[in-house]
Amino acid sequence: MTTRIGVVTFPGTLDDQDSLRAVRIAGAEPVSLWHRDKDLHQVDAVILAGGFSYGDYLRAGAISRFSPVMATIIEQAKAGLPVLGICNGFQILTEAHLLPGAMLRNNNLHFICRDQKLRVENADTAWTSAYTAGQEISVPLKNVDGRYTADERTLDELEAEGRVAFRYADVNLNGSLRDIAGITNAAGNVVGLMPHPEHAVDPLVGTGRTDGLGIFTSIIKKLVTA
Amino acid sequence: MARVVVDVMLKPEILDPQGQAVQRALPRLGFDGIADVRQGKRFELEVEGPVDDAALARINEMAETFLANTVIEDFTVKVEEEK
Repeated sequence: MTTRIGVVTFPGTLDDQDSLRAVRIAGAEPVSLWHRDKDLHQVDAVILAGGFSYGDYLRAGAISRFSPVMATIIEQAKAGLPVLGICNGFQILTEAHLLPGAMLRNNNLHFICRDQKLRVENADTAWTSAYTAGQEISVPLKNVDGRYTADERTLDELEAEGRVAFRYADVNLNGSLRDIAGITNAAGNVVGLMPHPEHAVDPLVGTGRTDGLGIFTSIIKKLVTA
Repeated sequence: MARVVVDVMLKPEILDPQGQAVQRALPRLGFDGIADVRQGKRFELEVEGPVDDAALARINEMAETFLANTVIEDFTVKVEEEK
């Protein structure tokens, strides 16, 4: 049976097509999910793609978090459904309290768009097992609300439990606390990151690197061996 | 109709680069003596029916779950006027 991975489209989502393509290149069956449809159509995992859902009105992810599809995703994520949030998807996951902390306007107030070096800190999550801990990868980063913030106690807890999944390896232009680029929940099924692995899966496109592909092959391996 | 105002501000310990950018622009524009600026959001809610304890409790719930993200923001609720 083919692994089915769903990608949610909200009004204002931009990177759903690239995420669907990344799923296909990695070897799974991509399934489009619609924000108003509560049904997840028997997918084995869900990706919340990047973009500006609902125009980032109120706060990035604040309105999407209450959409019909999210009610099902929140319920099933708590029961173990693998969920990945990329950029705006990460913001939605923090607004939904599936991941701790919040995302704020970049320190320098600029929209950042660059190839970003990351260090994989936790290679034991459902979405990162294709990497090794400490491995450095390079994937595009593009956001304006990318400053990861949480209180000191939460940050200490994330560090102590190894729940920082990715860290900015060279520069941290967002001003994210402790250079955090991505985190996981305690169970390791829900992961969010600001940079865009789905834009680095094909040697013919972008910088020619395929460093992001591991995210998608990780989840397929996890689901196939489960 | 009564108006209820919800003010949402970043918590004091959260860096506010937008407020800082505004503060830094002030002397250049001839507005001196402003030591700090914090930028927030104001929601004006026109409430149908009486603003009683039950209505205010619902508005507090609305502010806590939706208008503010209490991980990074504080909010206040006040009844502004009865028309």
